[in-house]
Amino acid sequence: MTITFQQIVFIAISAFTIISAWIVVTNRNLFHAAIALMASFAGVAGLYILLEAGFLAASQLLVYIGAISILIMFAIMMTRRLMQTAESPYNLQWKWGIVAAFLIFILLAVLIFQTWPADTYAAPPVQSPAALRGSVTDLGIALVSVDQYVLPFEVASVLLLAALVGAIVIAWPEDDR
Amino acid sequence: MIPLSWYLFVAAILFCLGLYGVISRRNAVAILMSVELMLNAVNINLIAFWRYLAPEESTGLAWAIFVLAVAAAEAAIGLALIISIYRQRDSVIAEELDTLKY
Repeated sequence: MTITFQQIVFIAISAFTIISAWIVVTNRNLFHAAIALMASFAGVAGLYILLEAGFLAASQLLVYIGAISILIMFAIMMTRRLMQTAESPYNLQWKWGIVAAFLIFILLAVLIFQTWPADTYAAPPVQSPAALRGSVTDLGIALVSVDQYVLPFEVASVLLLAALVGAIVIAWPEDDR
Repeated sequence: MIPLSWYLFVAAILFCLGLYGVISRRNAVAILMSVELMLNAVNINLIAFWRYLAPEESTGLAWAIFVLAVAAAEAAIGLALIISIYRQRDSVIAEELDTLKY
């Protein structure tokens, strides 16, 4: 089996994503972990581009790197005294965490390679560039058409509004509420 | 070409790293970051299945967008809670926040 250029790109992006994610869960310094989290999000956006979902990649960059990471950095800076502590970043049950994560990983890996064998699902169905561009148009129409996703779409907007109001109310100082 | 299982495998690794972080980190902000990693793994799965099994339908993309919206709301509320708790208790260590136990 020869390795194609696309596979090399995939392996490189995946390795970058996973190493960044590893830094996120292990680094003692929370600020460095947040930077690594941004790198991991960027790697996931690269995977979306490999999957020819350009719109999702752009949303990933905007929402995750542009908004969520910055929000997390604000929170880290506001709780700054605890950013870098001499004590361990892990609690007492971290060994059980390793066991649980490892067992679930084994389970998932077995399931994945048995249910979707690499030779049956070797490549995505060929789509013309026009059809892939059309998928974004279809998504836009599906999100607002009555027989598809208009109700989840409206519920999502109500959820975002509730989160907006709720975040302000929760973070407001107790004494002048 | 890249087999479907490779994407699912990468997503599984990402999910398990996030799970490990959620179980074992002490700082509440770090737990929230690990949750974001897990949500990202779910989104990779959704997009991979969309591209390989049903590229002509918009179901996978629509679900991924909804996961994105929920992740944004979750981050906003979670960080507001953490800042509020820090203001009252001077701590964001998850295991010290045990008032509800007693």
